[in-house]
Amino acid sequence: MKYQTKAERKSDREFVVSRIISGPSHLVFEAWTKPELFKRWWVPESAPMTLVSCELDVRSGGKYRLVMSFGSENMEFFGKYLEVTPGSRLVWTNDEGGEENAAVTTVTFEEIKGNTLVTVHDLYPSKEALDAAIADGSTSGMPAQLEELDQLIVNKAKL
Amino acid sequence: MQPIQVNVIIKDFEETYLFLCNSSQPIILDHMVKYSEDRLDKAFAVLSDSTRRGVLMQLGRGDTSITKLADQFHMSLAGMKKHVGILEEAGFVRTEKIGRVRTCKLGPHQLDSETAWIERYKELWNKRFDALEAVVQDLKQKREDK
Repeated sequence: MKYQTKAERKSDREFVVSRIISGPSHLVFEAWTKPELFKRWWVPESAPMTLVSCELDVRSGGKYRLVMSFGSENMEFFGKYLEVTPGSRLVWTNDEGGEENAAVTTVTFEEIKGNTLVTVHDLYPSKEALDAAIADGSTSGMPAQLEELDQLIVNKAKL
Repeated sequence: MQPIQVNVIIKDFEETYLFLCNSSQPIILDHMVKYSEDRLDKAFAVLSDSTRRGVLMQLGRGDTSITKLADQFHMSLAGMKKHVGILEEAGFVRTEKIGRVRTCKLGPHQLDSETAWIERYKELWNKRFDALEAVVQDLKQKREDK
C-alpha cells in the first residue's frame, strides 16, 4: 500500500516532510546510508537531473558530497553528519549555500508495526533563510523546479 | 541536500509565475493554510494553457475588454469568451458588463508562491519516497530469500 507524503512549514524556521514507507526501519535506514542504495532513489527518474557521484561517510563528524548534473552544468551539495543513530536518526548540515543559509536536516525513522514513519525536518538558521529558500525556489533561482512545476501542471491537466 | 537550482529558463511560465507572486492583488493565503487538493488541481488545469496565462499577464498590466483580448491573441470572440469563462470560474478573473462592453480584470484568486513551492517540493519528495520504497522492498525480498 502507498502512503501519502505530507509537507508543511511548521514554523518560521522549520520545514517538515514525512511519509510512511512499507518496511522495517533498519532497511529504510540502510537505503539512506549506503551510497549504492542511496543513488537509486535520491534523484527520481523523472527529475531533470542525474546524480553523477555520491560520497557518504555516514558517521558522526563524517562528510558527504553529492554531484548532480543538469544538462551540461554540475552542482555540488555537501555538508557533514552531526549525528548518526542506526535505525532511528540521521542529522546533517547543508553547507553548499554558505553559513547564513545552512539548514540542518534531521531525519527520524520510527517503526510502526513493521512499517517506518520517515520524517525529514529542515531547520534554517533564521526566518529570512527559509523565506529566501522558498523565494529562490519559487522564482528565478530555481527554474528546474519551474520546469518540474510545468510538468506537474501538464500532468494534472491531463487528469 | 536541498532542492535544486539550474539556469534553464522557461520564459513564459516564469513571467506568469512572477506576476502571480508579485501581483498587487490581495494574496489570500497565509502560508499555514493548506490549499485543498481540488482547488489546486483546478488552478493548475486553468494555468496549463498558454493563452490563459497570456491573458492573466495582460490583465496584470490593466483591465481590458474581451474584444480587445480576442484581437490581441488573434482569436475569435467566442474562443476568447471561453478562455475568460474558464479563468473566471476559477476566480483568476472577474468580468463586469458596462453598457455593451464586458470588461475583464484580475480576480481574487492568486496562486500563492509559497503554497506553490510547497506543492512542488512535496511532489519531489513524493517521487523520492516512491523510489525509496522500491529500494526497501528490494532489500526485504533479498533478505527473505537468504
